[in-house]
Amino acid sequence: MLMFVPASHVLRCELTNMAACSVEELLAKAEEEEAEKLKSVSVQKELDLEFDVGNLLACDKNRIESRDFREQRKEDFLRALARDNTQLLINEIWKLPTERIAEVIVAKLPEQTTRLPREKPPPKPRPPTRWEQFAKLKGIQKKKKTNLVWDETAKEWRRRWGYKRANDNTKDWLVEVPETADPNEDQFAKRTKAKKERVAKNELNRLKNIARAQKIKTPGVGLLPKAQQSKDELAKAVNVAKTSTASVGRFQDRLPKEKPPKNSGKKRKFEPLIGDFSTEKQKQLELLKLMGSKMPKLDITKAVNTQMREEDREEAAARRRKGAGGKGRKGSMAGRGKGKGGKGKGGKAGGGGKRRGKPGKR
Amino acid sequence: MRPLTDEETKIMFEKLSKYIGENIKLLVDRPDGTYCFRLHQDRVYYMSEKILKLATNFSRDKLISVGTCFGKFSKTKKFRLHITALDFLAPYAKFKVWVKPGAEQSFLYGNHVLKSGLGRITENTMQYQGIVVYSMADVPLGFGVAAKSTQECRRVDPMSIVVFHQADVGEFIRNEDTLT
Repeated sequence: MLMFVPASHVLRCELTNMAACSVEELLAKAEEEEAEKLKSVSVQKELDLEFDVGNLLACDKNRIESRDFREQRKEDFLRALARDNTQLLINEIWKLPTERIAEVIVAKLPEQTTRLPREKPPPKPRPPTRWEQFAKLKGIQKKKKTNLVWDETAKEWRRRWGYKRANDNTKDWLVEVPETADPNEDQFAKRTKAKKERVAKNELNRLKNIARAQKIKTPGVGLLPKAQQSKDELAKAVNVAKTSTASVGRFQDRLPKEKPPKNSGKKRKFEPLIGDFSTEKQKQLELLKLMGSKMPKLDITKAVNTQMREEDREEAAARRRKGAGGKGRKGSMAGRGKGKGGKGKGGKAGGGGKRRGKPGKR
Repeated sequence: MRPLTDEETKIMFEKLSKYIGENIKLLVDRPDGTYCFRLHQDRVYYMSEKILKLATNFSRDKLISVGTCFGKFSKTKKFRLHITALDFLAPYAKFKVWVKPGAEQSFLYGNHVLKSGLGRITENTMQYQGIVVYSMADVPLGFGVAAKSTQECRRVDPMSIVVFHQADVGEFIRNEDTLT
């Protein structure tokens, strides 16, 4: 006799069995997973790695057993190794002080400890200036000087040079005129002028030193010679050549159509304020005449409009005559020409006939 | 203060000729005395030589104005005519517009002239021609630019602009600080 065990019964048994074992299994699985997690976070190494967190660098000095390498597959081994080392590096990063900027946790990296090599070659030492060359030649040593000097007149310590310096002879309120000097000479102006000249000379020498150091060619006067010259440079060169005579170019011949240079200096030259009024007037009248001649005497649109209007007038006159002759035949007002004008541009005086302002038919 | 250079004179004369046409030579060549244009701090002044000689006694920073100011040059050397030139433009104006009494005040406040405010307009006015605006009593009110030619003025609707406002005598009160 066959007895059918209800499937559900069987299933229930199995289920309960499964439930019983699955609970255990679940617990076991959970434990395993936790262990794995811990395992994944902590990494065991023989030698500790060297970290340069500033550069995000981790150096692993552990020996790699060639046995391990050959046992497993190479990629797996390398991947596992890389994962372990990266995990250790990230552990280091997590140890740093963190802050939260706009919902993102950011760690502040420390200074870099490994020195990186130079990107570009080191700069060459600059050539010595003229003074430095001379000093080397003569064996002059640099003497250390004090920053501040005692100023007797102001009774305080002032700097040796620069703003509000000690012993500034341009700031004297009293200057004795020496015996040998011209009594009408301005001694104060003389001192300020001398100071300005010294400053300018110093500046010039400084610039010359820079030019020598960077091997920039500076022209003595005017321009440097160049292979290809532009139009302006050629003109300038011609002017420089012309003025480099004993009488500064005053008696140099000019080509027939050559005009004298307009603004050879940097300053703009204007006519004198109270010049010759009559010449000024003449120039202005001539300019006006020139402007007047340039304006077109015949305005095309105006001429065309006038022409059209005359034609319309003639047409209208003809139609009126016809209309008077054949009254009632065509009572249309077509001849009256009430159409809109063209662009209707009024013209200036001159050219064309007198306009009577009637709108012309297009 | 200095005389105008050739380019500056040309630019200024072109602007003036838009309003007074060839009557500029009546300004340049006057029977009753020598008058000249001088440039001071980008503004062009029109004065007699007597005043000019007196004005040379003042330093540049102390001198505010000499004679009548016609206008000023902008930084890009464009010439802009000021209302103070009206006294010299009005008698020589070639194209005139007379404005109805109702629209007079509107124009003096700086608004454009509409067709409804237009009293009379000289014949043959081209579009964008320089124009001097008068009241019905023949008092010059200012100047402007024709927005429409005479022909078009006739057939255009009453609310459209016929004269663009450029300067009016109300500016003497409105822009008191900046006029020299």
